[in-house]
This record gives sequence, C-alpha cells and structure tokens, in this order.
Amino acid sequence: MNIDSINNGFVIDHITAGRGMRLFELLGLDKLECSVAIIKNVSSAKMGKKDIIKIDESISLNFDVIGYVDPGVTVNVIKDGCLTEKMSIRKPQTLVNVIKCKNPRCITSVEQELDHIFKLTDSEKEIYRCIYCETKA
Amino acid sequence: MRSLIDILDFSVEELDSLISVANDIIANPQKYSEKCKGKKLATLFFEPSTRTRLSFEAAMLELGGSVLGFSEAASSSAAKGESIADTAKTVSCYADIIAMRHPKEGAPLVAANNASIPVINAGDGGHNHPTQTLADLLTIYREKGGFNNLTIGFCGDLKFGRTVHSLIAAMARYTGIKIVLISPEELKLPSYVKKDILEKNGIPYSQTTSLEEAMPQLDILYMTRVQRERFFNEEDYLRLKDSYILDTRKLVNAKKDLCIMHPLPRVNEISVEIDKDSRACYFKQVLNGKYMRMALILKLLQEAAE
Repeated sequence: MNIDSINNGFVIDHITAGRGMRLFELLGLDKLECSVAIIKNVSSAKMGKKDIIKIDESISLNFDVIGYVDPGVTVNVIKDGCLTEKMSIRKPQTLVNVIKCKNPRCITSVEQELDHIFKLTDSEKEIYRCIYCETKA
Repeated sequence: MRSLIDILDFSVEELDSLISVANDIIANPQKYSEKCKGKKLATLFFEPSTRTRLSFEAAMLELGGSVLGFSEAASSSAAKGESIADTAKTVSCYADIIAMRHPKEGAPLVAANNASIPVINAGDGGHNHPTQTLADLLTIYREKGGFNNLTIGFCGDLKFGRTVHSLIAAMARYTGIKIVLISPEELKLPSYVKKDILEKNGIPYSQTTSLEEAMPQLDILYMTRVQRERFFNEEDYLRLKDSYILDTRKLVNAKKDLCIMHPLPRVNEISVEIDKDSRACYFKQVLNGKYMRMALILKLLQEAAE
C-alpha cells in the first residue's frame, strides 16, 4: 500500500492497532480539508500490528486527546518534508472537553455551558473521573 | 477561597481542630454568641431538607449572624433557568458564606469555582454530604473518646448512601479501623469505594447480609435509610426499603457500649423502642451537627478574612 509522504504536518505513529479510528474521531480529523490518511493494521516489528495517521497540514493537535486514547504513540512533526521533532505522548493529568460525563445525575447533564473536566485518579489503571461527580470515564 | 465540598478537602489535623472548637462551643456557648455578628449565611437549597437547612440556620444564629436564602428551586432564579455559576456570583454580593444543597452531583463545586465567598456543600445528590460527616465524627469522638481501634458497621443502603461513603473516607485516615458492610446484594457498597478507599488505605473489611451476625463485634452501628429519591424505579424501592430494621431483638448480642447512629430522617429502619436505649445516639448526632457547622462557619469565615 502506497501513501504519499507529507510536506508539513504530523505522522502519528505506533498507535495501538484498532485505536486509530477513535483517535481520528476524537481529534476531529474528519473536519479537515487537507489530506489525511489513516492506515490500519500496519505490520510492526515492535508491536506486531499498529495504526498510523498522517495529516498533511500543521494543524493545532490536541495532545491530551492522543494521550488519553493511546499514551504509547509517537507524534512526528514534519516541516518541509523533513522530520523536525519526535514526541512521545503520555497520559494527561486533566482532560477538558475531550469526553463527556455520562452520569445523568451530574451537574454537567443540566448546565450545558460547563466544561466537562476529568482528572486522572489512577495512573496505573488509567482511570479518569469527572471532577464534579467522580464518575469513571 | 477556601470551601468545603468533600470531607477530604480537610486534613485530619483540620478535622481535629474543628472537633476541638465544637467541644469548646458546647462547653462555653456564650463565648461564641457574637462571633459572627454582622455576617450573613445564604442557604441555597435547591431541594427540600428540614434538618440540614435548619441546622445551618441555627448554627449561624447561635454565632450571632443572620441568614437569608431559599428552600426549594421553585422559589429561586433556577426556575427561570439561571445557571449555578450566575447564582453563586450574585449571592456573593449579598452574603458572606454559602451553604448549598442541590440534587445534581457537583453543583456546589461549580458554585465554589464561581463564588467570591466560601461555599459549603450541604449535600449534592447521592454524591457528598460533608457536614453530615462532621456531625458523625463529633458524635464518634464524644461517644468513644477518639477515632482509633474501632469496628464500625454500616447497615442498609450502602450503594446510594452518600453519608456512608463520606464517613468511610474520613475514618479510613485513622488507625486500627475495621469496617463491616451489612446490606442486601442490590445495595452493596460500590466497588470503587472499596478499592479506592478501603483497600488503598489497608482497612480490613467484611461484607454480610445479616445484621444479627455482624452485631457482636461492632463498636458503632451506622444505620441508613433506603431513600426513595435515589431510585429510578419505584418497584425496586418498595422491594428493598424494609430490608434491615433494627429492633431490641437484634440488639441482644450487641456490646453494652455500642453507639447506634443514623443520619436521619429515619422511616422505619430503627424501631422507636430503641430511642429509649442509652446506646441510641442519632438525636445526639443532630445536635452535634449544629455544633460542627458552627465550628465550620467560623473556620471558613476566618480564613476568608485572612
């Protein structure tokens, strides 16, 4: 499978196989006008299989979203066709408006203008809880 | 601005200090009768409550302050669609401290994030009720002389019972605590409370469906009401509401110095014949609640002035 290399933008690499689409959705990549490639189940010596996303534009990436969906990924920054930076993404401590609280008793269910904020309460088990009602994400 | 949203907002030392102030208020009420002169407490109660609201109001009045507010959402601007944030900002212009009850979980935190005065969570849905925990702690302290080396049984609705979750969280910070969880299968303590509080703090606990079986080992028995408003389904409520009723027969094997507690209101889970038993402490809890709220109002107003 041939996918063109990009000139300016990002290559999100080492995505756990199967999580690429979720990342694509949460990053809102469907709304972009530029070329975006999502490659699923690529063979990887290290991971067996992985997903890759290529974005051919220097957009403002929400690294918290990436860290939440798949903290092991690598984000490669491409400028003028060259790799200029390689970033390892970790789990963020706080998520703001990345996911919504599903608890119908939470104040966020009735006050529409409130930010949906989650805090990482257990980094080992990767558990996020709503700051208002403490419901698990 | 310091507020009280969750009982864990306060350190063990701060709780000890509140208990010590409350004990001093009990011993010397006159000394505190004008401590809040000229100060106003706003009681913003978006759902009905007799005990908690009156307790806050009595607390402020006994400190020489005054109170204003509303006792149901229908008589507030919330009925017109005003946000919690706007209500908090508005009330900050009129009062010196807020006590808020709201049916939605997290509403007092939203108020605290927007108010310019201290906010006290007076109960947010099934989530937190820290001032009830303050009342519980003072009761345990006065009845047992301290908090260490106690076996505490929690009985009834341990799933939705916010007072249970808060008291477990508070007690988990002391040493030698053992917890016995007594409930029907449907109302067991949520696993996150067991994992995040009990197991994390190395607190030994056991679970049983039998109140009689658990009774002999208990120093404290904390009864709870199976609350209608916490159920989505009326049938489930009717099926479970009478699961655990405490009567003299069940107390036969209890310790002589058992302390029976209940956050009230009770429906029928403690038989009225128990009220005469010297081990019944639930009405003392009500009184202790007022003293702890007095100590809390004093602390938060003092810190706001600094």
